[in-house]
Amino acid sequence: MTSTSGSVLASALQLAWVLLAGPLALGLMRKVRSRLEGRAGASVLQPLRDLAKLSRKQRTRPTDSTWVFGAAPVVLVASALVASAFSPLVTLSSLLATRVDFVAILFVLLLGSVALLLGALDTGTAFAGMGASRAAMVGAMVEPALLVAILAMSLGVGTSNLSRLVGVGVTTSALAGPARILALVSFFIAILAETGRLPVDNPATHLELTMIHEAMVLEYAGPDLALITLGESLRLVLLLGLFANLALPWGVASGTGTLGLFLGLLAVSLKVAAVAVAVSVFEVTTAKIRLFRIPELLAGAFLLGVLSVISAVALR
Amino acid sequence: MSLSYVSLLDLAVVVVMVTAALTLWRQSLAAAVKALAVQGVGLGAVAMILGAHRHDLILVGVGVLVLAIKALAVPLLITRVVAHDHAAREASPLINVPASLVGAGLLTLLAFAATRGVVTLVATPAGRLIPFGIAIVLIGFFSMVVRRRAVSQIVGLLTIDNGIALTAFLGTSGVPLVVELGVTLDVLLAVVVLQVLAAQLQRHFNVQDLDQLRDLHD
Repeated sequence: MTSTSGSVLASALQLAWVLLAGPLALGLMRKVRSRLEGRAGASVLQPLRDLAKLSRKQRTRPTDSTWVFGAAPVVLVASALVASAFSPLVTLSSLLATRVDFVAILFVLLLGSVALLLGALDTGTAFAGMGASRAAMVGAMVEPALLVAILAMSLGVGTSNLSRLVGVGVTTSALAGPARILALVSFFIAILAETGRLPVDNPATHLELTMIHEAMVLEYAGPDLALITLGESLRLVLLLGLFANLALPWGVASGTGTLGLFLGLLAVSLKVAAVAVAVSVFEVTTAKIRLFRIPELLAGAFLLGVLSVISAVALR
Repeated sequence: MSLSYVSLLDLAVVVVMVTAALTLWRQSLAAAVKALAVQGVGLGAVAMILGAHRHDLILVGVGVLVLAIKALAVPLLITRVVAHDHAAREASPLINVPASLVGAGLLTLLAFAATRGVVTLVATPAGRLIPFGIAIVLIGFFSMVVRRRAVSQIVGLLTIDNGIALTAFLGTSGVPLVVELGVTLDVLLAVVVLQVLAAQLQRHFNVQDLDQLRDLHD
């Protein structure tokens, strides 16, 4: 049904989609936030303009940094692109769809986080080091919650193949089962922490005491900063897209036909936009929690994941 | 019909379970009381779903009663205590929140391990949910042990009671109405007494931490 060339085309389409949708989703979330706060806000296209401006600037790097500093943004973007090409965003028949495991996708993304962390440590500045240690703390607690949530979703389906996980939701009514709902809630909290959104990290702050991600990238400028911003937006849109497709799997193309791909593109764009707007609304209504209370939030996500695994086994 | 009955029952029981975990998760006492109210709704829903499935009008009536007392009356009573309290948080539980959440997960696993025999004995869709009832009882006990505020202790006690009621609904073909009525009203009475006690504590000693009450006063 699906030829290799069709799969290559589908994966290329997904790459093009995340490259465009990443900055746009960032712009949309900022726009919604400023509107809700009573400001006009910048245009939705502003992140794209920022990227263009940054990439034209001169490349400056700290004198004491090594090649790790320069490699980190490239690894971040590359890992996000690899994960997006093989994930079921637009279609279930992207390249290698039968072999792509959910855990594998998350660990490819983790490669990007670790690269960023090492790049921050490489500068040797106090701020970047502090940001890196905080990011490592959050990351170490997000990982178990994510893995348990994936385990719970996989138990219901019998596989952790990502395309099957998304595809099975279209055909069966097991969608609203308590195990799946709990796993999705746990997954969502973990995504918020992983992408540095509000209850865990404030993406808009430059206040020294609270920032996590911004502290890590403080030393980056010009094209390097453009790559990091792009990489972060790719990760955001990929994870939101995966969440949207797992929660509401309708509209994802099953093959690589032109009409199916078009509808899939439309569906995933709408779903990601809806989830992005929902996240911004949630961010406006909530405050950043203290750094030392982040473990409580993530332990809660972990417990929901455990309860989901238990229900998946017990209520089979 | 039967499929939707099973999934509705699953959903209601999981709601009760998650709200039991929520009372441990949130430090704010107001949030714990809200979780308790939702727990009451879930418990009432379990009774009504079971009653509707078995065409047992009395059980449906019990569900309405549970809903009225545990989802409305009791939370309102506790909210009055919390509203008087300025620092309405569980500031320093004996075990910190992440550890107690992991503990709740372990207790749930323990409940599932311990009730294997019961689940095979009661071979109905409701019977396989019994471990959740036991887990909620254990979480309630755990909550009473690690929490120090008077209101948290009331919340823990009510969680235990909800767990017992849930186990009874799921495991039997319905407790006699008189027994259920007696138990539920007993709980209401206990909450009223505890509410008065907590309010008196607050007024006299300006403290609700039970560990600080060591000396006798006139």
